[in-house]
Amino acid sequence: MNAWRTPDGGRIDRSQRRRFRFDGRGYEGFAGDTLASALLANGVHLVGRSFKYHRPRGILASGAEEPNGLVTVRRDAARVTPNLRATQVDLYDGLEAVSQNRWPSLGLDFGRVNDWLSPFFPAGFYYKTFMWPKSAWKSLYEPLIRRAAGLGIAPSQADPDRYAQCYAHCDVLVVGGGAAGLAAALAAADDGARVILCDQQSEFGGGLLALRGARIEGTEPGAWAERSVAALAKNPRVVLLPRTTAFGYFAHNLVGLNERLTDHLAQPEPRRARERLWQVRARAVVLATGAIERPLVFPGNDRPAIMLAGAAREFLNRYGVRVGARAVLVTAGDAAYAAALDLHAAGVSIAAIADLRPQANGILPTAARQAGIEVLTAATVLGTLGGLRVNEIALGRTDGSGEVRPTRRLRCDVVLMCGGYTPSVHLFSQSRGKLVWNEALQCFVPGRSAECERSAGACRGIYALGEAIEDGFAAGAAAAPANSGKRRRIAVQEAAASHDAFLGALPQMHLVSTDKAFVDWQHDVTARDLLLATREGFRSIEHVKRFTTTGMATDQGKTSNLNALAIVAAAVEAPIPEVGLTTFRMPYTPTSFGSFAGASRGDLFDPVRRTPLHEWAAAEGAVFENVGLWKRARYFPRHGESMHEAVARECRSVRAACGIFDGSTLGKIEVVGADAAEFMNRLYINNWSSLGVGRSRYGILCRDDGFVYDDGVVARLAADRFHVTTTTGGAARVLAMMEDYRQTEWSALEVWLTSTTEQWAVIAVQGPNSRRVLEGLVDGIDIGPAAMPHMAVAEGRICGVPMRLMRVSFTGELGFEVNVAADYGLAVWRALHAAGAAHGICAYGTETMHVLRAEKGYIIVGQDTDGTVTPDDAGLNWAIGKTKADFVGKRSLQRASMRAATRKQLVGLQSRDGKTLLEEGAQLAETAGQVPPMRLIGHVTSSYFSAALGRPIALAMVAGGRAREGRTLYVPMPDGDVEVEVTSTVFYDPSGARVHA
Amino acid sequence: MPEIAARSLADFAANTWMNVVPPAARWILQGAGEARAAAARAFGVALTEEPCRARVHGERASLWLAPEEYLLLAPAADAAAVGGALAAALRPIAHSLVDVGHRQVGIEIHGPQAARILNGACPLDFDAAAFPCGACTRTAFAKADIVLWRTRADAFRLEVARSFSAYVAALLAEIAIDYLPCAGAGAQSADRGIASGVAKLPP
Repeated sequence: MNAWRTPDGGRIDRSQRRRFRFDGRGYEGFAGDTLASALLANGVHLVGRSFKYHRPRGILASGAEEPNGLVTVRRDAARVTPNLRATQVDLYDGLEAVSQNRWPSLGLDFGRVNDWLSPFFPAGFYYKTFMWPKSAWKSLYEPLIRRAAGLGIAPSQADPDRYAQCYAHCDVLVVGGGAAGLAAALAAADDGARVILCDQQSEFGGGLLALRGARIEGTEPGAWAERSVAALAKNPRVVLLPRTTAFGYFAHNLVGLNERLTDHLAQPEPRRARERLWQVRARAVVLATGAIERPLVFPGNDRPAIMLAGAAREFLNRYGVRVGARAVLVTAGDAAYAAALDLHAAGVSIAAIADLRPQANGILPTAARQAGIEVLTAATVLGTLGGLRVNEIALGRTDGSGEVRPTRRLRCDVVLMCGGYTPSVHLFSQSRGKLVWNEALQCFVPGRSAECERSAGACRGIYALGEAIEDGFAAGAAAAPANSGKRRRIAVQEAAASHDAFLGALPQMHLVSTDKAFVDWQHDVTARDLLLATREGFRSIEHVKRFTTTGMATDQGKTSNLNALAIVAAAVEAPIPEVGLTTFRMPYTPTSFGSFAGASRGDLFDPVRRTPLHEWAAAEGAVFENVGLWKRARYFPRHGESMHEAVARECRSVRAACGIFDGSTLGKIEVVGADAAEFMNRLYINNWSSLGVGRSRYGILCRDDGFVYDDGVVARLAADRFHVTTTTGGAARVLAMMEDYRQTEWSALEVWLTSTTEQWAVIAVQGPNSRRVLEGLVDGIDIGPAAMPHMAVAEGRICGVPMRLMRVSFTGELGFEVNVAADYGLAVWRALHAAGAAHGICAYGTETMHVLRAEKGYIIVGQDTDGTVTPDDAGLNWAIGKTKADFVGKRSLQRASMRAATRKQLVGLQSRDGKTLLEEGAQLAETAGQVPPMRLIGHVTSSYFSAALGRPIALAMVAGGRAREGRTLYVPMPDGDVEVEVTSTVFYDPSGARVHA
Repeated sequence: MPEIAARSLADFAANTWMNVVPPAARWILQGAGEARAAAARAFGVALTEEPCRARVHGERASLWLAPEEYLLLAPAADAAAVGGALAAALRPIAHSLVDVGHRQVGIEIHGPQAARILNGACPLDFDAAAFPCGACTRTAFAKADIVLWRTRADAFRLEVARSFSAYVAALLAEIAIDYLPCAGAGAQSADRGIASGVAKLPP
C-alpha cells in the first residue's frame, strides 16, 4: 500500500492506519490524512468527471479552493453528504466516499460525448437553444437539463443529525490560523484581549505546515505553529476553533462561523451535534485568510495529475505523499522552484521547470540549477497528452515579439503549475471593504475597510514569511482594545523569492488551439468561451460571468476569477480594474442547511403555545387548530363524529342549553392611569368617556388610514383602569401600536400599559343556562339580570379565587366570560363543567364559535376584514364616538372616497336553494352566466352551515352591498353559478332578545 | 362551594442545572420618581435608576426593565400582603401597578456552563464585564421574549411568558446536550417541556 508515500516526514501519524473506500474500492491511509492526500498516496489522481464535458479530472489543489475533487461521503442511508472537497475531508477509519457526475463509472463515462460534441455546446447554448418551442420547456427541456445539471445528488432522507448554534462575543476575531493569523492572535491575547481564532483546517498553522527549509525564531515553521497554539490554548481568554470556516461577514462585525464537530470521527457520539453555527460579534476582526495559488490557462490543462505546485508541495511536506514520479513544473514566479527542490529532495524526478519569464536568476532558480534541474525560460505550454492521467507535455518558447514556436515534448506523470497567488479577499469584500488593484502583484488587495477590520499577511499581498508574521503581530496588537501599537521583529530565515505572476491564457501558436484551455475547472468554462462572450458584446465581467457561468460554481471561482478577468480585459482591451470584479457572497465554502436550521426543527421549529386549559381539552379528545403559535381546540368530536356533526351538536347545545369555551388566547392589555379614558378616546373609534365603571363596550381600533385594525371588548374596572381585550393574533401588534402612540405622540398623558394576555385564563360560559351554571360557584357578585345586565363587568370570586366576570356574548346568547389567574384556570374550568352537567353543558371549540358569531353577523377581524375595510364598510358606524374631536383614523374616514356608497360593504348571503354551502373567497357577480373577464362586485368572507337555521349562511363584502338587500347575486363556480340572495348580516335572533335574557 | 388549593407548578425535569421557580408573586410597576420611592418603601427593596439592574432584599427583588418600569418579585405567600401594601402606598401617586403573578414562569439555570447554554439562543454577551451579577434585561431567547436576570456569577433566572415556557425549557435542554456529560445529560430532552402551572382542588 501507499506506494507514493515517503518513508518518513509529514504530519501524519504513521502508527495509526485508516482504512477507507473510494468508489467501492478499499484503500489505506494514516491519521492526519485528508481523503485527497490518502488517495494520492495510493496513486489515485482521477477523482471526478467535469460538470459539462464529463472530462476526467484529478486533484488540482490542496485546500478549500479544490474545484475537481468533489465527493459524496456516506455514513449510512440518511447521512449522505454530497459535494465535499476531498481536500477538506479528514480521513477516518471506515470512511466511504464516492465520486460524482459520472455514469457508469469514473473510468468510463458516457457523458464524455459532450466533450466530443462540444463545438455544438458553446457558452450561451442553453439560453439560445431552449427558447422554442415554448411548450417544450416544461415537458422536455427542463427535465432533461435538470437531470444533466447539478453536482452530486441531494440526500433522500431527513437528516438525523443534530446541529447546534451559539452566539459569542470577543474583542478580536482572527480568521485564519496561518503565520499571520497566529501572530495576530498572540499579539491580541498578549494585550489582554478576548480572542477567538478560527481556522478551516483540522490543525492550526496554514501554510507553515507545508513549509520546509525556513526557520522562525530558530525553529521549524510547523514547530513554531505548535508552540504558538500551545501558548494561546493556555490563555483562558482565547477560544481556539479548528475545523471552523468563517463563511460570512455581516453588518457590524457579525461573522458567521461553521464548526465541524464530528465529521472527522469514525464513530461520532450520536447525541452530539454534528456542526455548530457560531454568530460572533467582534469588536475588531483580523482577516488572515491567506492566498490561493492560481493555475495557468493552457490547452489540456485539466488532465488528472496536472495540479498546483504549492499543492504538490503541501502533499509532500505535510502528508508525506509524492504526487508523481516524474514532474514538469510550469511557473510564472519563484514559488514553484521551492516545490521543485522539495520534490527533488524527496526523490521525484524533475523533468524540467518551464518558466514563463525570459530570465530566472533568483536564489531559488539558481538553487534549482545547482541541483541539476533543467530550467527553460520564456516558456509556454502548447498542450498535454494522456487519457485518465497526463503523460506528456508539449512546451514552446516565446520570443520578444510574441511569436511562439514549439520546443520540447516531455514525458511526465505529473505537471505542476504556478501562476502566482490570489489573496483571499472574500470576507473582506463581504464586509463591504473596497478592493484595489495591485499592479505589481497582479491581484486585488484590500483597500479601505468598511468595518473595524484589518487584513494581515498573504490575504493582502504580503507573501514573505517574516513580513507576514510581523504584519499579523501589528494587526493583532492594533485590533486589541489596549491598542498598544506593539510591533515585533521576528527572526525568520527564508530564501527570498520573487512573486511574479501571470494572468490570462498562455501564449499560443494559433489563435484557436486544438484542446480546451480551462479557466473555471468546476463549471467547465474555457478561455474560448470567454472570448465568445466578448464577441457577443459582453464587456462587464458581471455579464460575462452570467453568460459563461464562469466563477458561478460552488467554489465561486476561487482559482478562476482573475484569469477570467484578465482574458476578458485583454479581449476588450481595457485595464483589469475597468472590467470590474464580481461580488463575493457568503458562504465562503458550502455550508450545511442543517447548520443554519440548528434546533429549529420539529417541535422546536416554532414555540407551540398552549393555554392553561389545554390539558383538559386534549384529554377530552379535542381536535386542535393552529391560530398563530397557539393550539386552540377546534371541536370536540364524540363517538366518531365528523367535524360537521360535532360542530352542529355543539351549536345546538349552546343555543338550547349551555356551552363552555376556552377564550384564554384573547389578547389582554391593562390600560391604567388618570388619562386612561382619554388615551382610549384618542386611540379607539368609540367614546370611552361615557362608559361607566363596571361596564364594557365593543371597541374598534383603526390604523391612521381609517381601516379596521383590531377589535375587542373593553371593560372599565375603575375610573383609571381599563381591561382591553384584542383579537388572538392582534395582541402583540395592538400593544406595540399603543406603546408607540403613548411614547411618541401623547407622552404628556398619564397612562401606562401592561400586557396581561397570559395572566388570565378566560372561560366563556354561553347559553340560556349559563347563569344557572355560574350561580353556585360565584361569590360576591349578584349575577342576576338586573344587577348584571348585558355588558356589565364585576370583580368577585369563583371557587374561592379572585375573578373578573364579564357579561359578554360572542354567540348571541346570554353569556359570561370568567377571567381567573391562569394557574387557577383548569380547576375553575373543571368546577364549571361539573356544575354545568345538570344544565346540559357542552364544551365547544373555535369552529362552533365561528358559526355562532356568523349567525349573529359578528365579524372576525382578518377574516371578514382584510385591511381595506372601514368601520362603516363593516356596518359598525354606530360604534364611532360622534362627538369626539379626533381618534386614530378619523381624518382618513372623512375623505370622500372613504364614504362612497359604492364601497364594498358587509352583507349576509343565503343560497336560493337553501342547501349550497358557498366557498369562502368565492367571487360575486351581478348577472348570471358571465364568462371571463367577468365583472365581479364582491367576495364571500365567511360561510358555514347553520345548525340553528338548518341551512347554510354566509357573510360577504359586496360593492354597495347594503342597498342590494333582497336582490339576487351569482357566485360563479366551475360547475355553474350559485344563486344567492343578499340579506341582513344578522341571521339569528335579530331582536337580540336572547343576549339580554 | 369548591375552593382552590394553593398554586403548584409541576417541575418538568429534575436535574442538576435547571429548575422551575416555585410560584411567585409578580407585579409590573410603572411610574415616575415619586412612585418609585413610595413603592420601594412599601416593598422593602430599592428600585434602582441604574438601567438593567436588579436589587434584592431577602426573598424580594426589583428588576429595572425600562425607564419608569419595574418587575417586582416576591414569594407567592406574600402576594396579598405585598399587593395590598403597594396599592395603599401608591394610592395618592400617579402610577400603574398590575398583577402579573401568573403571566410568566421563572426558570433558573445554574452551573459553570449556564452562560454557554444561554448563548445557544440568546445573543447577549455574558462576560462578567458586560453582564455582571445583578444585571437584568428584556431579551430574546430564540423565538421567545424573556426577561433575563443574572442572580449569581454562574446562575441566571429567566422570566418567560407562560405559554412560551415549555418551548424555552425544551430548547435549553436541547442546547445543553452539547455542553453536559453525555450519560444522562441532566436535561432529559425527550421529556420536553414544563407542564404549565396547574392548581389543584382540595380532595
